[in-house]
Amino acid sequence: MKKSVFFGALTVAGLMAGASAAATLDDVKARGSLNCGVTTGVPGFAEPDADGVWKGFDVAVCRAVAAAVLGDGSAVTFVPTTGKTRFTALASGEIDMLARNTTWTFSRDVDLKFEFVGVNYYDGQGFMVPAELGVSSATELDGATVCIQTGTTTELNLADFFRSNGMSYEPVPIETGAEAVQQFTAGACDVYTTDRSALAAQRANFDTPSDYVVLPEIVSKEPLGPLVRHGDNEWGDIVRWTLNALITAEELGVTAANAGDIAGSSNNPEVKRLLGAEGSLGEMLGLDAEWAKRAIMVEGNYGEVFENNIGEGTQIALPRGVNAKWTDGGLIYSPPFR
Amino acid sequence: MADSKAQSVAFVRKTPIPQAPPPISEAGPLAWIRTNLFSGVFNSILTIIAFYVVIRFVMGVFPWFYNGVWDASSIRECKDKLDGLTGGCFAVLADRWDHLLFGFSYPPEGYWRIVLSFVLLMVAAAPLLFANLPRKMLYFTGFFPFLAYWLIWGGSIWVSMTLLAIIIATGFIYRLVAIQIDVEMRKIVAMGIGAICGVGLAYLLYLGASELSFIAGSIGTEGIVALIANKAFWAASIFTYVFFIPMGIFIGYAIYNSYEDGGLVSVVAALLFFGVAISYLVGPIWMGVNFILPIELEAVASRDMGGFMLNMVLGTVCVSLSIPLGIVLALGRQSDMPLIKGVCVVFIEFIRGVPLITLLFVANVMLAYFLPPSSNFDLILRVIIMITMFSAAYIAEVIRGGLAALPKGQYEAADSLGLNYNQATQLIILPQALKISIPGIVNVAVGLFKDTTLVSIISMFDLVGMIRGPIQNSTEWISVYWEVYGFGALLFFVVCYSISQYSQWLERQLATDHR
Repeated sequence: MKKSVFFGALTVAGLMAGASAAATLDDVKARGSLNCGVTTGVPGFAEPDADGVWKGFDVAVCRAVAAAVLGDGSAVTFVPTTGKTRFTALASGEIDMLARNTTWTFSRDVDLKFEFVGVNYYDGQGFMVPAELGVSSATELDGATVCIQTGTTTELNLADFFRSNGMSYEPVPIETGAEAVQQFTAGACDVYTTDRSALAAQRANFDTPSDYVVLPEIVSKEPLGPLVRHGDNEWGDIVRWTLNALITAEELGVTAANAGDIAGSSNNPEVKRLLGAEGSLGEMLGLDAEWAKRAIMVEGNYGEVFENNIGEGTQIALPRGVNAKWTDGGLIYSPPFR
Repeated sequence: MADSKAQSVAFVRKTPIPQAPPPISEAGPLAWIRTNLFSGVFNSILTIIAFYVVIRFVMGVFPWFYNGVWDASSIRECKDKLDGLTGGCFAVLADRWDHLLFGFSYPPEGYWRIVLSFVLLMVAAAPLLFANLPRKMLYFTGFFPFLAYWLIWGGSIWVSMTLLAIIIATGFIYRLVAIQIDVEMRKIVAMGIGAICGVGLAYLLYLGASELSFIAGSIGTEGIVALIANKAFWAASIFTYVFFIPMGIFIGYAIYNSYEDGGLVSVVAALLFFGVAISYLVGPIWMGVNFILPIELEAVASRDMGGFMLNMVLGTVCVSLSIPLGIVLALGRQSDMPLIKGVCVVFIEFIRGVPLITLLFVANVMLAYFLPPSSNFDLILRVIIMITMFSAAYIAEVIRGGLAALPKGQYEAADSLGLNYNQATQLIILPQALKISIPGIVNVAVGLFKDTTLVSIISMFDLVGMIRGPIQNSTEWISVYWEVYGFGALLFFVVCYSISQYSQWLERQLATDHR
């Protein structure tokens, strides 16, 4: 008999959970920290360092949002999620936003009821093979054994690619990147496929990187970006425009070092609007005037974040490529701040 | 006679001949080799193959250890130092030692708290494991969980101390109602408790009934599934509406009626007190005491627990909780009372029919849907509940095997001595049944301890999660593999092998049969 009371209470609590999702900003402010979902570890994108402090390209987005909303880039509770738990964690309200190199797809946006607020890294799925295999194109891979991470979009892309080219393959399912490298270098599979950023990062750390080649084909579009739940557009706006502020800051030459005083010295009205010296953009978001300035001052603008975490100066050594700003021929583009 | 013999025999030896060494083919290393390694053609071949395998293995593994690099800050530096030689990169263990043992977010200045808890765990477990230690040490064993909770999670010591005090007070209330007051007094108490429980239960059922009708209303009647669910909820709701007052009266009267022997009323009184105290007294008391005498450690959130410590916490807590729960379930399954038996059978069979991973996923993600976002039902607590339920079901079946192995005469002998159920179970049945069950229980315990690594799937950073996530994916130690997994295996082996050795020793200690 008491069970029915319990069950009823659970259901009502579930309904309330759905209803209260509409005020994420208030929840975050009341809590004093942002619950940000990240990976359990992807080199350069999100990893705890030797002191246990999270750092990385995705982590920087979390910190920027925390700085914009709470005024402190370290007021983030990082919630590690796996590929299997990330969406339930976001949907259930355990985390306020997910910055976990997640591919923006139709079904995730529409069917899973999430809102992708932008793209912070344009990736694409590639193939890596041992050089001695003598393969120069992915179309020559008929009958190959392929190491593939389960539960990701790469698995589906792989199937699509081989089917559309009329080829067959034998998948070797693996769970983590480290396992994949182990299997691949030990010769358990002919091909290792995942996002090209990960391929490049892992290849750079092989004993002899020159023994392996990354094939030229890019078989999928993988726009990776942060996402929030459907149904709270105010919160979605905050995350979206914090990301845009970082991108715009790179275009305008605002950096972590000069964001503090450039608003006074610059004659560019967009710089003044961005940094809160003119206009009332922050107010429209429900934040104060200097929100974007704080977000930029945490780890710098988009370009700085890129260079410091995954750029060519780091061990990950990724070129900007399509992730250069649009004026340099890349895809990184922000709507204007006005 | 002696004389005549001395004269008839030329020489009589007075002292024994010194013992000659055995022939070289019958003793010494050569003989050992012959009998144990080369006792026949087939065995000789096997020996040679085994030697070949062992030597190849050692040749492969030895340089890996011998050339191993212990001092490097990243895997690249490590490879530079090795310079093409085969060698392990053990520097990762030195660099991430703290992370492997304690997780990466536990405050480093608090590591002593975990080490101290571990040492105290040994002290607390000793009287349970070794019967010849002074029994007074058991007081510390009872105290230890509260102390360890405070040490590991931090905060004010008075939270766990208040909890301990309330548990002790509950015990006293049970004794008071059950034994110390006379029947007249107990009659008055039973009247009060019965009235409270009857009214309370009726009220809860009333709320539940309205809740059910609310759910039924919100389901709607579109589609066959919704229609059936709707009707079912309406039926349940109407059923509850009809019966909430009779149920309240029935339960209230049952409690009142138990005043003569005091069984039910004392249990209900103690539970009632415990519930009220947990809900309303814990907060004010610990805050009040802490205001006067603050003893605090830096609080650490459950999310920040990690490394091998998390495996130890989960393993220790879940094993120690699941053994008593398993005993209760096993006895319940043998019960003559159909309700109790039914509940136990359904629980055991359901849990055994579901993989642990599924239960952990439910604990991690599904519960979050049901609980309101503000409620912070601790993740570790959720996981502990799930793992405990899982292993309790298995231990219950092991103990049921022990109970079934007892000859029927033991039960009958207990009855013929005039022992009641509690006495017979405690004094005769369980000691024998548990002794039979030791290997099985230890088997489950070792398995459970290793199963705690499954929490890495739900993104908790236990030892395996730590290795698979942050360490293998850090820029410094990208793709380091054998060294970290080998270290993890070593830690688990040490613990599991110790448990197994202890259980074999215990079996020898308890061996009272003549085999």
